[in-house]
Amino acid sequence: MIKIKDLHKQFDQLKVLKGINLYVAKGKVIVVIGPSGSGKTTLLRCLNVLEEPTSGQIVIDDQVLDFSQQVPKRKIPSFRRLTGMVFQNYNLFPHMTALENVMEGPVTVKGEKKETVRKKAEILLGKVGLGDKINYYPFQLSGGQQQRVGIARALAMEPKVMLFDEPTSALDPELVGEVLKVMKDLANEGMTMVIVTHEMRFAREAADEVIFIDGGVIVERGKPEQIFSAPKEARTQQFLSLIQ
Amino acid sequence: MVKMYLNSLFTDPERVSRLIEIGRSSFQPLLEGAIIYTIPLTLISFVCGLALAILAALARISSNKLEQIIAGIYVSAIRGTPLLVQLFIIFYGLPTIGIIIDPFPSAIIGFSLNVGAYASEIIRAAILSIPKGQWEAGYSIGMSYRQTLKRIILPQASRVSIPPLSNTFISLVKDTSLASMILVTEMFRRAQEIAATNYEFLLLYMQAALIYWIICFLLSIVQGRIENRLDRYVSS
Ligand SMILES: Nc1ncnc2c1ncn2[C@@H]1O[C@H](COP(=O)(O)OP(=O)(O)OP(=O)(O)O)[C@@H](O)[C@H]1O
Ligand SMILES: [Mg+2]
Repeated sequence: MIKIKDLHKQFDQLKVLKGINLYVAKGKVIVVIGPSGSGKTTLLRCLNVLEEPTSGQIVIDDQVLDFSQQVPKRKIPSFRRLTGMVFQNYNLFPHMTALENVMEGPVTVKGEKKETVRKKAEILLGKVGLGDKINYYPFQLSGGQQQRVGIARALAMEPKVMLFDEPTSALDPELVGEVLKVMKDLANEGMTMVIVTHEMRFAREAADEVIFIDGGVIVERGKPEQIFSAPKEARTQQFLSLIQ
Repeated sequence: MVKMYLNSLFTDPERVSRLIEIGRSSFQPLLEGAIIYTIPLTLISFVCGLALAILAALARISSNKLEQIIAGIYVSAIRGTPLLVQLFIIFYGLPTIGIIIDPFPSAIIGFSLNVGAYASEIIRAAILSIPKGQWEAGYSIGMSYRQTLKRIILPQASRVSIPPLSNTFISLVKDTSLASMILVTEMFRRAQEIAATNYEFLLLYMQAALIYWIICFLLSIVQGRIENRLDRYVSS
């Protein structure tokens, strides 16, 4: 489903990603961990082309973007639609209700009929447990509820892959569970997901593979049991001992 | 002088009734001037100016260097020169090179250009005040630059810019009095003309001032209503 080849990203002088290679099979859940500043967010943003990689290649589904040459601008929106992005601070549209937030993509981007989209959006909001809050504005919702709207908004575009960047780290502890539950349901339905998170229990339970990134390279990867119980690399051990 | 003026009001009943008569008879032409010229001049110039302002604001935040430079020069030139001088250039200056424009359209052009420059700064600042995450959220669901701008950014920016734009609008109402200098017979010019025949300058200019004040007062009420409506999606 996802193939990343030798991906580099540089901000001016700062090399953030230094040759990432990654293959994610359809329906797999990948959890990305790593210290602050290691490039986790940048990696996700490159997958969504919110950040344009300096070089390398990304293949998602059957679409290829090769950043070694100039990527034509018109290719980017359709490529972006393959992935749904969930942001750390939700980034809901504050001037729209939950329902309107979810409907916005299908109506404006895909040009679908409002009536059909509305039904779909209501079902999606029901699925994330917000069937009774569809007409609330973001400011009327808790952080956990807002993040679930964010997930529904991304799902409404029917992406092939869902990307989560620390979806629960802005939440009060008691609200984390409800968001993780929605993500687990999604995983069980067979969605391909790449998740940056510090929720190690979630990673153990839901991840097919855990990837440890440090200094812009993948240092270690493996099954969650292996990474968490018997990390091979010294840097992984050090990082895990710091957070556990 | 002040004493003489006030004294005459108490001791000279004929003068008082003359003032009342002038006040009454000049009220209608002044109001007419407001309705036929001041208000339309304000409204048309504001709408045209706003359109210009949005274009200029977008040009200034665009990645196109040429657009940036053109819009930048426009804004700087208009903000850096007096409105009265701009009006004089359009009405008295342009005929020198064969461009002759009537007073009213001249005023419209001058005020629109002026509003365009000032409002573009307001709109630009409002657009820049919307968090980057909003653009990214728009892009992440596949929206283009234009779609994100229209559906996500401008609606939020308009809320931010309503108070300063209202101030621009109210200033414009008052600035239209400058059109009297290029022969538009708007309210203030009428006050000048009437006063020139009967020498009651204080009375006539006070009357004009009162009408400006009333218009601006009503506008500030409308402004409050609009702000309340646009505030519905933010917590108090
Ligand atoms: N737009 C940008 N311009 C310049 N530098 C950037 C930009 N975005 C990120 N960086 C830098 O790239 C490095 C990696 O950032 P990134 O956000 O990917 O880290 P992260 O692993 O997500 O960290 P965290 O756990 O704190 O979220 C950091 O040093 C950061 O300062
Ligand atoms: Mg990050």
